Amino acid sequence: MNELPEMITSKNEETVGDIEIQNYTLNFGPQHPAAHGVLRMVMELDGEIVERIDPHVGLLHRGTEKLIEYKTYLQALPYFDRLDYCSPLGMEHSYVLAIEKLLDLDVPKRAQYLRVLFAELTRICNHMLNIGAHVMDVGAMSPNLWVFELREDCLNFFERASGARMHSAYYRPGGVHQDVPLKLLTDISEWCETRLPKLFGDAMSLVIDNRIFKQRNVDIATVSKEDAIAWGFSGPMIRAAGIAWDIRKSQPYDVYADMNFEIPVGTKGDCYDRFMVRVEEVYQSAKIIQQCIRDIPDGPIASDDRKIVPPKRAEMKSSMESLIHHFKLYTEGFHVPAGEVYVATESPKGEFGVYLVADGSNKPYRCKIRPTAFSHLQAMDFMSRGHMLSDATAILGAMDIVFGECDR
Amino acid sequence: MGHNAPQIDNPKGAINALKKALGKNCLNVALANDEISLTIKPDSIVEVMTLLRDEHEYQQLVEIAGVDYPDRSLRFEICYHLLSLTKNHRLRVKISTDEDMPVPTVTNVWPVADWLEREVFDLYGVLFDGHPDLRRILTDYGFKGHPFRKDFPLTGYVEMRYSEEAKRVVYEPVKLAQDFRSFDFMSPWEGADYILPGDEKAPKDVAVKTAKTTDKLSKTGAGKAANIEAAKKSDKAVKKPVKKVAKKATPKKGAKK
Repeated sequence: MNELPEMITSKNEETVGDIEIQNYTLNFGPQHPAAHGVLRMVMELDGEIVERIDPHVGLLHRGTEKLIEYKTYLQALPYFDRLDYCSPLGMEHSYVLAIEKLLDLDVPKRAQYLRVLFAELTRICNHMLNIGAHVMDVGAMSPNLWVFELREDCLNFFERASGARMHSAYYRPGGVHQDVPLKLLTDISEWCETRLPKLFGDAMSLVIDNRIFKQRNVDIATVSKEDAIAWGFSGPMIRAAGIAWDIRKSQPYDVYADMNFEIPVGTKGDCYDRFMVRVEEVYQSAKIIQQCIRDIPDGPIASDDRKIVPPKRAEMKSSMESLIHHFKLYTEGFHVPAGEVYVATESPKGEFGVYLVADGSNKPYRCKIRPTAFSHLQAMDFMSRGHMLSDATAILGAMDIVFGECDR
Repeated sequence: MGHNAPQIDNPKGAINALKKALGKNCLNVALANDEISLTIKPDSIVEVMTLLRDEHEYQQLVEIAGVDYPDRSLRFEICYHLLSLTKNHRLRVKISTDEDMPVPTVTNVWPVADWLEREVFDLYGVLFDGHPDLRRILTDYGFKGHPFRKDFPLTGYVEMRYSEEAKRVVYEPVKLAQDFRSFDFMSPWEGADYILPGDEKAPKDVAVKTAKTTDKLSKTGAGKAANIEAAKKSDKAVKKPVKKVAKKATPKKGAKK
């Protein structure tokens, strides 16, 4: 302590302001809990101020699109679960709709309701993970534990419907894989009415008006409407910027046209808005789920076109024709007429598209997957510029990026 | 109405309006599966994209997809997917190129094109002229080749492991313990595009234009003498059992009596 005043007062020594600090680069990730997976960001810092960020992606690249070219249409379906493993059914939805569009295949109403129901449950499941991770990135611990309880509930519902907690492979071209028991629907309905609003409301009451949380998020990485459009934003990212764009509303698929829900939008386009848009979407999704359960009709859960949808196993035991169809569809698969479609749905993270090129065979000629993360993560550089290093985690958390989808 | 995919209405006269606006830059307009695809000249891409963005309200570039068609002289097709938030419409713009011919970059029109073009470059090897930072994006640091080309094997050429001796990650040529299983699902009735064992002995230039029928004797192709013989034998064959039955039947009756 005695040496310090001497050093400062000494006229020959340079004081802090006189020393020129050079920018230095910092590696953020690929092994970092706040990187939400395998993201490596090369950051150029001036002190603690971010000057430039160069995200290096592709560490989880598995060549999914190439693998799909070597699989039949049905065999390729489980790959979609493994893209965005936080919202697997949202990924499947785009893919089955793309196939159905090429085949011009109608789907029974019950299957459409089930798909919408589980797509919305997936949205809640996804937002639970993201909201929890986001608040944990900026320092809060307990809300994450609470919303993970809800995520666990969602996963249990998926398990009861499909047999698998995460990689459900539940949606199929022509419908869904199997029907759900009535008890499951009533349980989901009860959950949406009681447990979800209570637990989620409690957890969010700790965060939404929290001073620390607001200090970390309000006015961080503001994105204007123009920027959001130019950088190809979609989903909660574009809605937080104030543009009420939702594919479920503007280009409705399955039974979304009959659903009554609202699109939350942000006012400033900062991290707090992005967070709040997701919070409100959880409530809107619960509303859609309730409507689905109320209106779901009885009937078949998959198309009866036996050249595309395999028959039930029980049918197979007594009917020769069913046996033939079953065998052919699970070995050769169905043939899709030549053509190309681009089908995009509103996945929890934004516009998830599938550009499918068919050549008339039983395998896709090309299946280009449009990830949501690619355009969002690319904007990381301009969004973080001028912010502090610690803000980078908040910005990344509010983007909701999963690398299974980004890197494919 | 068949499918339940996102409903997009093509505005009336949209195709003609686009055709007119693009003029000679437009090579083809196609409407398939309710989706409009424009094929344009590669060197006019920046001009066309700016026009579509500024005057036709296609504000967003959603996706750039590369497709490889090795049979074509310009093997790569680059598909730009555009979205209009105000018109609620989607549009596909296509250009064709090959390994050597660079495509002008659209990063000046949409900043999002940066990574999308890098991806196409990485996976297909298409060059983008004027791109600020054309590096690989998805594949490994130091990766060689362009993996999504149709002539690139699914297994790749090298595999990677951690070597305890070298204390680092080493790359080695791919060794498969089991061959990659590829099944041929082409039905022989639909015509296989390979030669079955033994078929190579068959004369190759036998073109069958009409199906052969043998509803008349002369059409069997066996010749007149053979036809007569065939007719005789069949007569005997038909008559004989009748006689036998008749002969056998009488003694039996007698025996019983």
